[in-house]
Amino acid sequence: MKKLEVGELARISLCVNGAQHAVSVEPRTTLGDCLRNDLGLTGTHLGCEHGVCGACTVHVNGATARSCLMLAAQAQRYEIHTVESLAGNGELNDLQQAFRELHGLQCGFCTPGILMTLTELLRDMPEATEEDVRLALSGHICRCTGYQNIVAAAMRTLESRRAVHERA
Amino acid sequence: MKPSPFSLHLPESLSEALDLLASRDNARVIAGGQSLMPMLNLRLAFPDDVIDLNGIAELAGLREDGDDIVIGAMTRQRDIEFSPLVAERLPLLKEAILNVGHRQTRNRGTLGGSVCHLDPSAEQPTVAIAMDARLSLRSVRGERMVSMREFAVDLMTSCLEPDEILAAVRFTPWPARAGHAFIEYGRRHGDFAIVSAAALVLLDAKGAVERCSLTLGGVASVPFRVEAAERLLHGNVPTEAVVRAACAQAARCEAVGDPTYPAWYRQRLAQRLLERALFKALERAAVLSQEHSS
Repeated sequence: MKKLEVGELARISLCVNGAQHAVSVEPRTTLGDCLRNDLGLTGTHLGCEHGVCGACTVHVNGATARSCLMLAAQAQRYEIHTVESLAGNGELNDLQQAFRELHGLQCGFCTPGILMTLTELLRDMPEATEEDVRLALSGHICRCTGYQNIVAAAMRTLESRRAVHERA
Repeated sequence: MKPSPFSLHLPESLSEALDLLASRDNARVIAGGQSLMPMLNLRLAFPDDVIDLNGIAELAGLREDGDDIVIGAMTRQRDIEFSPLVAERLPLLKEAILNVGHRQTRNRGTLGGSVCHLDPSAEQPTVAIAMDARLSLRSVRGERMVSMREFAVDLMTSCLEPDEILAAVRFTPWPARAGHAFIEYGRRHGDFAIVSAAALVLLDAKGAVERCSLTLGGVASVPFRVEAAERLLHGNVPTEAVVRAACAQAARCEAVGDPTYPAWYRQRLAQRLLERALFKALERAAVLSQEHSS
């Protein structure tokens, strides 16, 4: 059994976006803070820090979770993916491109979390309806867009992926 | 905000965790973290030691045990949501789980964590009261079983001793022809409900109520059965007048009030939600009774 002593830095190993990283953390360091401050992955945003706003949402073994509600040391057991994993070689993926074209963001603070939630939804429910998209978004707060353009971007991505799937 | 400093323990077996808990004065166990982590971040809780249960495989999973279904305390709400066993045998729990937080929190949140946190509006404790669930509490001293009614002592206060951990929740499913419904009202989807209502009802061959369970969450400091309403239904054919008279008892229950939602508002909401839940459960029971008799 492992113990991380109060106030001391402990060396842990985290699997983030497919690569193993060694970092030093306090027992109380959250995954969200570790990603931003220790790994420099500042795409993940911390808003409320009590699980309500959804900005810090990442994937834990492929399923969405709040990175403010997990300790970095607990995350050693899992594979973590952040918003930085979406764009390949600097190219936006189809969902990100749809956000850009349809104005699915303004200030962009909530966007990383929303992208991770929609990435999970679009993967798990290729036939998702607008209602499903809105239900998934209920775990996020966006103060700029009024959500309409976020929903539009998700629906367009769903449609284009289905079209690709049918042609294949 | 950030948590105040603590030591973190990562045990891999229940016995390790129980030893640790017994030897520390100000320790908290952490399950899915969807309630305790906000409390740590907001410094509403400041333990010296945090004992992580996420590495203890024996605390997670669903299994049938005779007629009962035993759900490990560390079973994620997501796994309950997608379990065919729960959908078939514990449909009330399935319906309630869909109201718990959001996909992003159900992926991590656990049944045991919510039951121990005992928020008065939380769905899972309400279902545990509705179904007379029995809880396995473990400590270095051994195991004891308590009913959910004994467990839920008062506002966010369980009967857990400082050295005890909730290990599993045991549900006895109702017969397949029982009707069920879980309804809640909140301002936003995924928020804690202001009031929630759970109904289970079993009809006899003549269409009279053979057995029923009516439960309210969010009204008092802990979820409770509306026994006066259950008595009015028992043995009677549930006509609209009978249902309305029974559910009127909900408005007479003691309710807690706060500046946003006064007690009278919760009582009125309780009556209406209980009616809706009961009508829905009766509708389902009628359909199921026909299926089972034909």
